[in-house]
Amino acid sequence: MTAMPDTPDTPARPARRLDTAKLRQARVAGWVLMGLAVMVALVFARDSAGTAVFRLSRPNDPLALPDLVVAAAPYNYFAAALLAFLGARQFMRGGMRWTSLSLGLGLFIAVTAFLVWATAGKAFSLTGMLQATVVRAVPIALGGLAGVLSERVAVVNIAIEGMLLAGAFTGALIGSLLGGWGGLAAAVAMGGVFGFILAALVVTYRVDQIIAGVVINLFVLGVTSYVSSQVYQEHRFLNNAPVFAPVKIPLLGDLPVIGPVLFNQNLFVYGAMVMVAVATYYLFHTRYGLRARAVGEHPRAADTLGINVYRTRYINVTIAGMVAGFGGAWFTLGSVGRFDENMTGGRGYIGLAAMIFGRWHPVGALAAALVFGFADSLQQKLALLQTPIPSEFLAMAPYIATIVLVAGLVGRARPPAADGQPYIKE
Amino acid sequence: MSEQETEAGLAESLLRRAAPDRAEFEDLVIVPIFAVVVALVLGALTMLATNVDLPTIGKSYLALVQGSVGSLNALSETLTAAAPLTLAGLGIALGFRAGLFNIGAEGQLLVGGMAAVITGFSFPGLPMAIHLPLALLAGAVAGGLYAGIAGWLRAATGAHEVILTIMLNLIAFRLVDYMLRLPWVQREGRADPISRSVLTSAELPRIFTWLDPNLRLHLGIVLTLAAVLLVHWVLFRTKLGFEFRASGAGPDAARYAGMRAGLLIVIVMAFAGALAGLAGANQVLGVLGRATPGFSSGIGFDAIAVALLGRSHPWGVLAAGLLFGALEAGGRQMQVSAGVSLDLIGIIQALIIAFIAAPLLVRAIFPWGFRRAAKAPKE
Repeated sequence: MTAMPDTPDTPARPARRLDTAKLRQARVAGWVLMGLAVMVALVFARDSAGTAVFRLSRPNDPLALPDLVVAAAPYNYFAAALLAFLGARQFMRGGMRWTSLSLGLGLFIAVTAFLVWATAGKAFSLTGMLQATVVRAVPIALGGLAGVLSERVAVVNIAIEGMLLAGAFTGALIGSLLGGWGGLAAAVAMGGVFGFILAALVVTYRVDQIIAGVVINLFVLGVTSYVSSQVYQEHRFLNNAPVFAPVKIPLLGDLPVIGPVLFNQNLFVYGAMVMVAVATYYLFHTRYGLRARAVGEHPRAADTLGINVYRTRYINVTIAGMVAGFGGAWFTLGSVGRFDENMTGGRGYIGLAAMIFGRWHPVGALAAALVFGFADSLQQKLALLQTPIPSEFLAMAPYIATIVLVAGLVGRARPPAADGQPYIKE
Repeated sequence: MSEQETEAGLAESLLRRAAPDRAEFEDLVIVPIFAVVVALVLGALTMLATNVDLPTIGKSYLALVQGSVGSLNALSETLTAAAPLTLAGLGIALGFRAGLFNIGAEGQLLVGGMAAVITGFSFPGLPMAIHLPLALLAGAVAGGLYAGIAGWLRAATGAHEVILTIMLNLIAFRLVDYMLRLPWVQREGRADPISRSVLTSAELPRIFTWLDPNLRLHLGIVLTLAAVLLVHWVLFRTKLGFEFRASGAGPDAARYAGMRAGLLIVIVMAFAGALAGLAGANQVLGVLGRATPGFSSGIGFDAIAVALLGRSHPWGVLAAGLLFGALEAGGRQMQVSAGVSLDLIGIIQALIIAFIAAPLLVRAIFPWGFRRAAKAPKE
């Protein structure tokens, strides 16, 4: 990968001692992969008969691809063999260098084996599921991004859930009165207001950060539920917002598979992608981003260098709130156009998990959100295929996967050093 | 911070412990009172903003008082609502004391409640003296084990307990949905997810029916008081409790003093989970008599607020639980007789916590009534 020469036979003693934890990790990953191989071989491969048909294009697409036809049993035996190889590879010399990659690849193979097993003898629209994956990932990714932006300046943001809910509510209310764009602007502004309130509570009034987040969540839940049961019951026109329709990007939108998945979506999907890119550039390639990260890692040092810690925290947490407000508008302006009590349903907390899963990096948070979105849409689609596995367990799978990953199989993620600590200027 | 300053701070804090001064009194008594009053005023303003006229506002606050403490029945409802909040709140408070943020009371409550329901309908013919304690124990053990998973993972791998418990909450919701459709759990002849009913021998008996047969208050309140005493005793009178508090106040110091941090985390989480599981058992055995999806109805999340409000002190948690129970019971009365949505209570609760958690904010809003804040409190 780098220009460094590969020197496998020079590790000094201390280096080897440091590696015991990694070695154990590699072993655990090896056992996990072996287990997956056994499961795929015994459950998925033995049970599969016939072929699985994956539809890649709709009949009237300009550039239609033929269906992907997979012979179920041979594919799954092949997948099991591949998993077994990856698992065995972990126990050989140098296996630990491949831990994360093997585990990721192994999980991917296991998922495909599962899909082939579930679709054996039937047909299944792969493109449709990927499209749903991206759509469902949007609020989680934006929630995760909001988390990244505020935790990078060391403000723990449990309030993402409340900010999403506030964005959804404001989007529906103002959207009903002023139209979609007005609603979107108001949702972003309302998210910013709650970001500012969070910043004020934790920076100026030094409320415990988690308490402040819980308070905002409770407050937003209370206010939005109260208004929707007290006001919307009588005045239904206040809760009837327009929905942003998908916009097809010329040329790119006509590509097979990628077109419908990435380039024929509504504003929120494009917005999320742009925001992740901008946030990555901002945090890691601009001087303001560097200052923000310095405040998150060592506020006193940043202060000494003349960075205004309080102001940096205010600005970043407010921006984080605006991102979450935008993500919240997805629930109403991006999908149903109507606000329901507690309609975010814990998506903000999943966004928080996506942030940690993505190691406090915008792109990582997006990738983790896609994993959650995939599991979410998979569960929906599999209900149609009638697999013997109860759908509740499929719904649990991403949460269990998160626990497994957070618990350190992929290595411990490191939060910003000053995360959660108030800063008192001397 | 220079050494002299630290010494001065230490002396000051020792002095304060010996003789609680006015600042402490303000924090413990005046701030909560202000918080409740301001929250009620802001609640009234919210009602005004949503086009509720003044007489109705007056009527709704009157109903709030009547529905919570206005009659024997109201008191019974308040205590009934307070019991699970206090139990789960005690668990979360224990976690806070040990420096752990257990957001998973909701999931532990669900798992504990399910275990209690299953035990409650499974053993027909068992005498009450065995069946009821068995069902309660099942709830506590299930909740404790479920929280123990999070504790063990935290201790063994360092994974953050907030993420772990959030994920375990989400898993618990799905698990309950799944279990309620199992043929041996689901009620006969029903297509919707609902469990069989708890047998009479496992129900928490109502204790004031001799006064008025409608009073719903059940034995759970006695259990709750016992739990408050137990947690107080453990926290302040045992070595284990000292270790909890020490590892919460200074994890490094506690480790250097020879306390086993990992083991403590597992014990604290299991203890907290057992209390939350007991809260779940209390609901299904005392109030609901069966389990349905989401029967926890947010008690586990409200309990976080109760623990915060009670300053993680057992008696404080009890007081906060009673306050929240009163708001809950009064809110229902308010909805019935004034037509104001129960959700207003949620707003008032959030505001109360906000003001209590931010004494600086209260002082900023009400400069009078407090001694002038000469300096920012030391953290």
